[in-house]
Amino acid sequence: MSLNRIIGLFLRHFFLIKSSLPRILDLIYWPTIQIILWGFISKFFTTYSDYYNNTVGVILTCAILYDFLFRSSISFNMLFLEEIWSRNFTNLFIAPMRISEIITALVGTALIRTLIGLVPAILITSPLFGISILNLGIPLFFLFLSLYIFGITLGLFVSSGLLRYGPAFENIAWSSLFLLAPLGCIYYPIEILPDFFQNVAKGLPLVYIFEEARSILVNQVVNYTNIKNAFILNGIYLFIGIALFYYSFSQARKKGSLINIGE
Amino acid sequence: MQKSVIVENLSKSYFKKEAVREISFAINENEILGLLGPNGCGKTTTIAMMLGLLKPSSGRVVIHGLDIEKNRISLLHKMNFISPYIELPKKLSVKENLIVYGKLYGVKFISERIEYLSKKLRLEEFINKKTGELSSGQKNRVSLAKALINEPTILFLDEPTASLDPETGDFVRSFIEKISKEKKMSILLASHNMDEVKRLCKNVLMMNNGVIIDKGTPDDLIKKHGKRNLEEVFLKLNRNNNELK
Repeated sequence: MSLNRIIGLFLRHFFLIKSSLPRILDLIYWPTIQIILWGFISKFFTTYSDYYNNTVGVILTCAILYDFLFRSSISFNMLFLEEIWSRNFTNLFIAPMRISEIITALVGTALIRTLIGLVPAILITSPLFGISILNLGIPLFFLFLSLYIFGITLGLFVSSGLLRYGPAFENIAWSSLFLLAPLGCIYYPIEILPDFFQNVAKGLPLVYIFEEARSILVNQVVNYTNIKNAFILNGIYLFIGIALFYYSFSQARKKGSLINIGE
Repeated sequence: MQKSVIVENLSKSYFKKEAVREISFAINENEILGLLGPNGCGKTTTIAMMLGLLKPSSGRVVIHGLDIEKNRISLLHKMNFISPYIELPKKLSVKENLIVYGKLYGVKFISERIEYLSKKLRLEEFINKKTGELSSGQKNRVSLAKALINEPTILFLDEPTASLDPETGDFVRSFIEKISKEKKMSILLASHNMDEVKRLCKNVLMMNNGVIIDKGTPDDLIKKHGKRNLEEVFLKLNRNNNELK
């Protein structure tokens, strides 16, 4: 892998963001609105729900974690979509870039995009709602890491579809996370789901991540088994995501989508 | 004469349709080879296979003695491409775009290279402007700068002067002519501008329906077909071919 090429692709997106104030505001705007909305919902449930009674911030913390996942996945997809929209796709794929370099550059760039959007939103939760996500303690790092890996993995799945099927796959890019959200058990325990969906949900790392967040905040118990399960599942999905991306690239070279997307 | 590019029995089929059928040709070092043919005749498909963007159904492309399918990344360092159908990111300045591509191609002294290309291609006055704000003539010169950022030994030019005014078109043609001699490049030029092809190309390939239907120097082709210019040869060959089809 060449660091120079990874930096090159990173710079392509860094230049794009830093030169446009509306783009930066757009990155910050949605997470902030989302967090404020969930802040008020959280306040309401804390006051009127038995389950959330005296557990200030469970819903809001889960909303922040979910938004982090959402932003990292969308950021990864956006970087790919930017190339399609700007008709730069062909230029990118005739440059001597390895697939591993493209993935690495996008992983790093997606993290920065995600943090630009989410850090201001997290900072306002304390003065507005008296809640700090840091209450999760050290496990917070593992939860974020786990969510980031899963977000990137979803990004890889969607980008593979974009590579293979072109811009027609764009709508899937936007809706992919909404599809998983009900099964992710973000705001409720897995027991709420019907038996069949519980079995499906257990195959997703999200269930373990959000279960763990609630366990820490509601019961003040850290259960590293949940974190371990999430990482194991993440590893499997990430491996499949990378393999699928390579396969889609090879298929795109066979079917000619690299030229059609680029024009 | 050293052959930089050898295309051997190259074919590409999409589903059951053959886009390119068993074509063979070579490009010598320091040669500009013209590729002519109507829209949809297989020119872009051929170039895409030569760039490694498309996997051939059969046959192979050998560049500097290496098969593109097996040495894609290392060969792409020595190649580049421009086409009016692809663009550079519009929101980035000209300089930023050249920095990005300098990095992607592993150029060692990027600033010096950009300065050199800016002078040669007269980019200085708009080097810090957003690429999307440029006129088509300026964009074309920027694309050419991007295509030369890695000092390629093989260059693919797909309609490099399409939609340019005569003055800019002439500037670009003169530049291509000069740089190909100076740098001993091998260039494949796909164009619909017959005067341009006659001026720049030593040899010409005529394509239709995915096959090469004739080849030779522009003068030989004009003489052989008893026509006054390359455009008439082009029309005659294509009409004959379409009637046969």
